[in-house]
Amino acid sequence: MQPGQKTAAIRDGYGKGLLRIAEDNDVVVLDADLQDSTRSLQFGENHPERFFTMGISEADMVSTAAGLATCGKKPYASSFACFLVRNALDQIFVSVCYSKTNVKLVGSHAGLATGEDGPTAQEITDISVMRSLPNMKVIVPADSMQTEKAVEAMHKQEGPMYMRMSRMPTPIIYDDSHVFEIGKGYILREGENAAIIACGTMVSESLKAAEELEKEGIKATVINMSSIKPIDRELVIETANKTKAVVTAEDHTIIGGLGTAVEEVLFENRAYVPIEKIGVKDMFAESGKPEELYKKYGLSHDHIATAVKRVIYRKAQNNRG
Amino acid sequence: MLADADRLKKAAKEIRKQSLIMTHDAGSGHPGGSLSCAEILSALFFYKMKYNPKDPKWPDRDRIVMSKGHASPALYAALSEAGFFPKEELKTYRQLNSRLQGHASIYTPSIDICTGSLGQGLSVGNGIAMAGKLDSKSYNVYVIMGDGELQEGQVWEAAKSAAHYKLDNIIAIVDRNGLQQNGPTEKLMRIEPLAEKFHAFGWHTIEVDGHNISELVNGLDLATSIKGKPKVVIAKTIKGKGVSFMENVSSWHGKAPNDDQLKQALSEVEAN
Repeated sequence: MQPGQKTAAIRDGYGKGLLRIAEDNDVVVLDADLQDSTRSLQFGENHPERFFTMGISEADMVSTAAGLATCGKKPYASSFACFLVRNALDQIFVSVCYSKTNVKLVGSHAGLATGEDGPTAQEITDISVMRSLPNMKVIVPADSMQTEKAVEAMHKQEGPMYMRMSRMPTPIIYDDSHVFEIGKGYILREGENAAIIACGTMVSESLKAAEELEKEGIKATVINMSSIKPIDRELVIETANKTKAVVTAEDHTIIGGLGTAVEEVLFENRAYVPIEKIGVKDMFAESGKPEELYKKYGLSHDHIATAVKRVIYRKAQNNRG
Repeated sequence: MLADADRLKKAAKEIRKQSLIMTHDAGSGHPGGSLSCAEILSALFFYKMKYNPKDPKWPDRDRIVMSKGHASPALYAALSEAGFFPKEELKTYRQLNSRLQGHASIYTPSIDICTGSLGQGLSVGNGIAMAGKLDSKSYNVYVIMGDGELQEGQVWEAAKSAAHYKLDNIIAIVDRNGLQQNGPTEKLMRIEPLAEKFHAFGWHTIEVDGHNISELVNGLDLATSIKGKPKVVIAKTIKGKGVSFMENVSSWHGKAPNDDQLKQALSEVEAN
């Protein structure tokens, strides 16, 4: 984070986003006793008649939301990502995805960015798991404002969706003029040497890495892939063809998440460019400050910058070969 | 409303016959738990519930959630008997390209939610009941659960939620046939004292003979008359009811009758 840079927690955008769509009387909000942390309480305080505290019962909450949706309600059900996705997976599978109910699931406190609470709360599998469910869309906003805008976009589109948020304050990237579209990636910085495709908290880390690389004469494109499913296939292919070197960055296991989604697109389209995936290796982390964890577990801007250099090197090797 | 007991008995008989034919034709499925809930479905569809087969998603309709989704043959039979789709279509049960999936699903007219993974239906029913309260609708939500299903923790999460939100428009019906796939519930994982459990969770409990039409009808009427809390009708039933060699035999939970067994079963159901 730069000194003096404005920050806000991504989750703060959720509470504000809910207020943006609150005038639709069909919007109802459920939470599993984390409404203060997820920020859904902002809606609850303003619209208590449409706000349901479900207790610490994520499975019940998700199926209840599905029931509400069958009657035309537009439920938003939130909790920590770890509890929501892991405790209620079968309910998400059957009551939401298979039943095609218009339920919006919102998981906060995702990734190592959760920090001191440790591996139980540091949800690192949610993108992978949610992405594999038929009918499910997966959104990972990069800052508080984009989260607000994502809530509005989710409200406009019918069907199951999962939005992932983080706890730690992250630099503000967008202002109110931002137009969020589900299925679209956003170019934040352009450079021809390599591309960094990132999501969530890792977008800011990637921007910082790109700034540092520029000082060394390396120009990197930075893409905020805030929609992981559907992913912006055209943008991935176009960027890979332009830069011929790709790094993905996510605060999530490297198995099945954003990096894998990007690899799938590249391979399916025969864009065989060097790719490096930044993410949590196949392991559990530990308690610590988010910045400390990012450093120790390979998610910091330094790690991203190093990975960029590696893919550029591999590109050069390929060209020689 | 006056219940036409003969009509209800006839409908229950039809649900049994069709459930047997469907599972036989498919070569798989769940006859035991379908036969045990035949009267329950008959009382709901042909006495208690308001609905319109020509407008399956009529917003004011009473809702049914088949939480024991494996008993889909009985539900499909009841739906076709009620006019939601032609009886002919029952032949497609479990076949490719059918609207009648192995477990109850939204692809069948009027069904609101997919089930088949036990324990979820009561929570779904609560959500429908909450929506009814929000919209000031007068419909009721009937959730049919198996007794083995009550071993799922989510059922008790939902039991707590229904009482907390005073959902008096939800009526749970437990098909208490005493058997689950591998044997008696009380041997495998005890669920008694059941009425006391629901009572402790804040529910009004009603116990009936689930094969006795007038007891069922009275129990359901009592359930809808009580306000301020959720209600459960514990219907004591017999798994495989109506077919001598299936009654109280847990192995008929998920097994289809062969040609000879079907012939005998149908004649027994007809004679009852």
